[in-house]
Amino acid sequence: MPSPTVIAALLTRYILLYARNPMRAFELFFWPLVQLLVWGFLTMFLQKQGGDGFPEYITFLIGGIILWDALFRAQQGVSISFLEDVWTRNLLNIFAAPVRMIDYIGATFAVGILRVAITAGMLALVASLAYSFDLFRFEWGLLAYYTNLMLFGWALGIVSISLILRWGHAAESLAWAIPFMVQPFACVFYPLETLPPWMRAISTAFPPAHVFEGMRASILHGGFGLREFTIALGLNALYLALSGWLFASVLRSAREKGLLVKTSST
Amino acid sequence: MLDGLRFLPMLHAVAEPILEIQKVVKRFDGFTAVDGVSLQVHAGETVGLLGVNGAGKTTLMNMILGLTTPSSGSIHAFGMDLRTQRLEILRRANFCTTYATLPGNLKVRHNLEIFARLYAVPRPKAKVAELLALLEISHLAEKSTGQLSAGESTRVNLAKALLNDPELLLLDEPTASLDPDIADKVRKLVRHLQRERHPAILYTSHNMRDIEEVCDRVLFLHAGKILAAGTPAELTHHFQEDDLENVFIKIARAQ
Ligand SMILES: Nc1ncnc2c1ncn2[C@@H]1O[C@H](COP(=O)(O)OP(=O)(O)OP(=O)(O)O)[C@@H](O)[C@H]1O
Ligand SMILES: [Mg+2]
Repeated sequence: MPSPTVIAALLTRYILLYARNPMRAFELFFWPLVQLLVWGFLTMFLQKQGGDGFPEYITFLIGGIILWDALFRAQQGVSISFLEDVWTRNLLNIFAAPVRMIDYIGATFAVGILRVAITAGMLALVASLAYSFDLFRFEWGLLAYYTNLMLFGWALGIVSISLILRWGHAAESLAWAIPFMVQPFACVFYPLETLPPWMRAISTAFPPAHVFEGMRASILHGGFGLREFTIALGLNALYLALSGWLFASVLRSAREKGLLVKTSST
Repeated sequence: MLDGLRFLPMLHAVAEPILEIQKVVKRFDGFTAVDGVSLQVHAGETVGLLGVNGAGKTTLMNMILGLTTPSSGSIHAFGMDLRTQRLEILRRANFCTTYATLPGNLKVRHNLEIFARLYAVPRPKAKVAELLALLEISHLAEKSTGQLSAGESTRVNLAKALLNDPELLLLDEPTASLDPDIADKVRKLVRHLQRERHPAILYTSHNMRDIEEVCDRVLFLHAGKILAAGTPAELTHHFQEDDLENVFIKIARAQ
């Protein structure tokens, strides 16, 4: 099964890449922080304008921003790590080394976990200081939300690198775009019922919608939505399997077309 | 008689090639890059691949590394089929090519130590230090890989290629960007490896001096086909030229 030494070696490499490249680390902190501040203060402003409307809005929104970031970071952990190897023309060295793809992908998952841990920690702190938002109000539910969002982020990450492997540099921007293609259907900032029926149908097929519905229910009524959690987990298993299959077939055809050599050297 | 019989199985073991390629073809969208190549490389043997640009040398090496799959034919190494035992083969093989680089913002030492761990080298730090010394680049250990000159980074790539003491070594134009002094050192290094470790080596170069000095056998590849094969001396003799360079030109122009 997965080889811990290979994963550890690859992970060390990614950590060194971050440590020796301040811009990479900067990007990790900057964007989530800006998002949190802009949206947080906007909601505060709107709430003031609308009188005593729903005090939950700010909580919905901040919870949404922090949790959505987990999905995004996990996806980026996979796709940016892969791109890092493409940019440095190192892909060929890796693919011709005794590294199984499961270990390679496993290492990019681990990068995702690290990225999420770092940004989540920072966002939780800032949210608590700026908006007195307590992320840990969800208790164990928090772990469940993170699990499902990261699993889906990983699946999207694998889809992203499959497309990059297949279409080369032209598809690089997808590494950033893919999570945002899903976002309207993820119901991060609004309840599922806000969407028109056709969008609702798509949303329910994606795990994040269930996670965020569960989160909002928990904010309003307390407790933990075991049903939402289970549905999201099941869907994630499906998406991970599908993305794994996609990657394996893209990899096979890349070997046939000689793309592995090209992706890494042009 | 009895002695001879006892020797037979051993002779057989010695004679089994490290690398065995049979009728390998590679087509890209109807274009045939490698066209029915068969070859064997034994332990301790260095085979040179010669041919004009685009002859199919790199494509052949990429197939041996499992980076590109053959359209037909088979590749075996260490008696294992590349299709089913790629990882096992890659553990005992390595390569050096200018088409790949190591991440530029890592230190040379870090890059090599990481690859040492990927190749499951027992004592990564010691092995890296040993190889840096062997290649006379110990002074580059703490440098960022991206800051190296072309020749320096070729030698770092060579160090990477030797991390796992490969029994099968693929060298794709290892002297391409080296000055004559360093190129000479690289040839000496290859000969040192040949003496000390007896790997099977597949070597491409456009520098005929390289080929004459390090290769036991030479294959001329043209449009994906092997046109001529033999020791450098056999080839010069056969084509009635006084060196390989002229043989190369003669074969290339005849096509
Ligand atoms: N992935 C690919 N898709 C399409 N054609 C390819 C691909 N890879 C190689 N080729 C073609 O195959 C032929 C052989 O290329 P290859 O790189 O093997 O040549 P080479 O002998 O290594 O040449 P050089 O001496 O210039 O390095 C070339 O015509 C090249 O354009
Ligand atoms: Mg070549």
